[in-house]
Amino acid sequence: MNAPAPLTAHRTEDCAPVLKERGQREVFCGLTGIIWLHRKMQDAFFLVVGSRTCAHLLQSAAGVMIFAEPRFATAIMEERDLAGLADANVELDRIVDQLLARRPEIKTLFLVGSCPSEVIKLDLSKAAQRLGAKHAPQVRILNYSGSGIETTFTEGEDACLASLVPVMPALPKDAPKNLIIVGSLPDIVEDQFRRLFSELGIEHVASLPERAVANLPGIGPNTRFLLAQPFLGDTAQALEERGAVRLDALFPFGVEGTTNWLHAAAAEFGIDDTHFERTLRPYQERAIKALAHQRERLQGRTIFFMPDSQLEVPLARFLANELGMHLIEVGTPYLHRRHLAQELAALPPAILLSEGQDVDRQLDRVRAAKPDLTVCGLGLANPLEAEGLSTKWAIELVFSPIHGFDQAGDLAELFARPLRRRDVLRV
Amino acid sequence: MQLSVWTYEGPPHVGAMRVATAMEGVHYLLHSPQGDTYADLLFTMIERRSKRPPVTYTTFQARDLGKDTSQLFQTAALDIVERFKPDAMIVGASCTAELIQDDPAGLIENMGLPIPVIPLELPSYQRKEHWGAAETFYQIVRHLADKDRKPADKASRRPLVNLLGPTALGFRHRDDVTEIKGLLGKLGIDINVVAPLGANVADIAKLGEADFNIVLYPETGDLAADYLKREFGQPAVRTVPIGVGATQDFVREVAALAEIDPEAMLQDGLSRLSWWSRSIDSNYLTGKRVFIFGDGTHAVAAARIASEELGFKVVGLGCYNREYAREVRAAAKLYGVEPLITDDHLAVETAIQEAQPELVLGTQMERHIAKRFSIPCTVISSPVHVQDFPARYSAQMGFEGANVIFDSWVHPLVMGLEEHLLTMFRDDFEFHDGAGASHLGPGHAAPESAPAPATPANDTETVWTEEAERELKKIPFFVRGKARRNTEHFAAEQGVSTIELATLYEAKAHYAR
Repeated sequence: MNAPAPLTAHRTEDCAPVLKERGQREVFCGLTGIIWLHRKMQDAFFLVVGSRTCAHLLQSAAGVMIFAEPRFATAIMEERDLAGLADANVELDRIVDQLLARRPEIKTLFLVGSCPSEVIKLDLSKAAQRLGAKHAPQVRILNYSGSGIETTFTEGEDACLASLVPVMPALPKDAPKNLIIVGSLPDIVEDQFRRLFSELGIEHVASLPERAVANLPGIGPNTRFLLAQPFLGDTAQALEERGAVRLDALFPFGVEGTTNWLHAAAAEFGIDDTHFERTLRPYQERAIKALAHQRERLQGRTIFFMPDSQLEVPLARFLANELGMHLIEVGTPYLHRRHLAQELAALPPAILLSEGQDVDRQLDRVRAAKPDLTVCGLGLANPLEAEGLSTKWAIELVFSPIHGFDQAGDLAELFARPLRRRDVLRV
Repeated sequence: MQLSVWTYEGPPHVGAMRVATAMEGVHYLLHSPQGDTYADLLFTMIERRSKRPPVTYTTFQARDLGKDTSQLFQTAALDIVERFKPDAMIVGASCTAELIQDDPAGLIENMGLPIPVIPLELPSYQRKEHWGAAETFYQIVRHLADKDRKPADKASRRPLVNLLGPTALGFRHRDDVTEIKGLLGKLGIDINVVAPLGANVADIAKLGEADFNIVLYPETGDLAADYLKREFGQPAVRTVPIGVGATQDFVREVAALAEIDPEAMLQDGLSRLSWWSRSIDSNYLTGKRVFIFGDGTHAVAAARIASEELGFKVVGLGCYNREYAREVRAAAKLYGVEPLITDDHLAVETAIQEAQPELVLGTQMERHIAKRFSIPCTVISSPVHVQDFPARYSAQMGFEGANVIFDSWVHPLVMGLEEHLLTMFRDDFEFHDGAGASHLGPGHAAPESAPAPATPANDTETVWTEEAERELKKIPFFVRGKARRNTEHFAAEQGVSTIELATLYEAKAHYAR
């Protein structure tokens, strides 16, 4: 067993010690979110305004995992588009016309900004207004930035959802209290949560995003929302600016997290605690049973999180508290202290948290600590495996159904599988 | 702007990465925004490389733009020298860094680093991956090849050659190099340097010691070979040895330059492809319609094999890299087809649909297109996928490569005897159009008359009588589209507006091959 790395600062009540690093960051940019967002919002199309690199990223990130007729594309800028912004706008209008003519089923078109479009200051919000006026009412045109200079990986989803908030229909002051689950979830998980809320007796539950962007939920002063993902800082702020109130909770991973998350809503909606406990008990028991299978394999094992999706802190909490894993370092690209306040408090003491990245230095720490499992990106996994270190692809955590009671066992299994595989192989 | 869903080539800096990753002791400093590190996964996931590509990205963010991104770049350069201790460094910018105009070349020059530093200018908004690789390799050769190295006295040694062009992430480059090394060994020729794949800085320095160069992959090796010809007077062999005939041509061309007699070696070095193709089971391959698309070199090589060595009919030929369009145009003329030069995969899809081939030879992109149309397909060219890095030995070049090609092109097809059985059993209740291929299991029914367009293939309004339509349905589904198209074409030519039973059979006689 390796001792956890020593602390670099003293833990205080409201502020966990954090190692902040600046250096090469081995992370995806926000465009990558399009890979799962376009599957979720089935009436939307994502048009990246960028370079060949952007198109290549989307194809490479997607190519490893899926290959379906995509509802995304790239308007690749060429030499002449850089000559003058007027020309670039004319070109963009032409591309959008061409795209909408070919895909008449598109109801919402996202113009997605990239590093090059931002550096040349191509104003996509103006373009969205201009094109929106032209193609209304058949197509609504929105914009957000998924550029690497502005967003890290999952922050692309944050930017996308934040762009939807202004077009959510307004609910009157006297509208009944409604609840919005915020964050793109696999349909199966979303349906499970809807069923649970309904069993608990909470009515008027919606999701952001809904499967069809056309069905955006209403928002007003009686709107309450639960973040299903820890990376939605801007979206939460935009919702709050429209009068909605965030319900603070752990994130719904594992039994502890899911219970706490549901309880935040139950308490807000005046659900009786006895009813809450009685309703949840069978789900909790089922999840605990599923976790027991994996606990054997994971208990006492050490784990190191490289920064990737901002899911690191809640997942580390789940692995430490419910499966008995030892956390060596929990790296995250960005630490949203307010949204993670309860998560940070629930972490075991003496954990090294790191924010940002200097990938080479961090790899030095991984090699020194020799964790049983390292959670990292696709670029690092095989090289670490070749050095004899077991790894878990972080991106799988973003693509797989991992939220809620009925996925708790699956989530634990994602971490247990590389270890099981290492034990099985004799080659 | 160009609307693009899938791309055949990445940006030019990915080409530079393919060169740096292929080599030993060369580090690439890439001025680039956060996120460009995705390219690492091409090498670690798709090619399953066990080491990270030797690339340091500056990964600047918006907050850095207002300050000093050039400082980030210089700090990264110093870190590379200290941490990785490379023998040489290449430096450049990705698409976004190109726009902020930090001038990596100028910045690095003033730093006085203790190793050779090679600045790259790869215009991201004009050029693409293959060109980026070729240019990078050329710049490395230009900076590091020692101009004082000359071939040693010929009397005391065997002929000596360089193999140029293989890179990381190349389509079967690993095995092609092994195959060609073996072939040259049999000829009594020694290898001076293979580059970029596996070469270090000392290897590049001694390129001049070879008698001549062999360009295995023109897309990535041509520019360096041109330079070596100019600067060192080394001739270059540019025949790409893919296929039996091309390999024979290659051997003779190499032997002529090496001043040796290859005929003895050619006698027993032939591929099994020749006999496999002549054996009677292969009769059914005759005239199979094949559509070919890939990089220029692989597409042209595939067309020759298809036509001369397997007896297929080439019904489409094209490439996505304009730099090699001339070669593809020349080949297309030879096979009497319109060359398709495009990097728009939708245009390729349309062309495949119109050509109604029985086999598609293409890239991963065409594999997906063919899958949608239920047409057999084999991948012959990059862009690559994890499947294109098989564990087993599977060269494309040389005589063994021809064996690999025979198997991998022919196995996806419905086999010779199978074709007769299909005809024999076509009225069997278990064997109908909807049943699909047995190896796919239930639930994989072939779509009704799969590749046939819903509308007649020509503009004139041809009408099928019920009787003719019924007869058409008796034709096995995998050739029915072709029969419909041929008949309609024939009817249009004859000025017949209603297709009757007789028209169908007249057309059949007309097109009999």
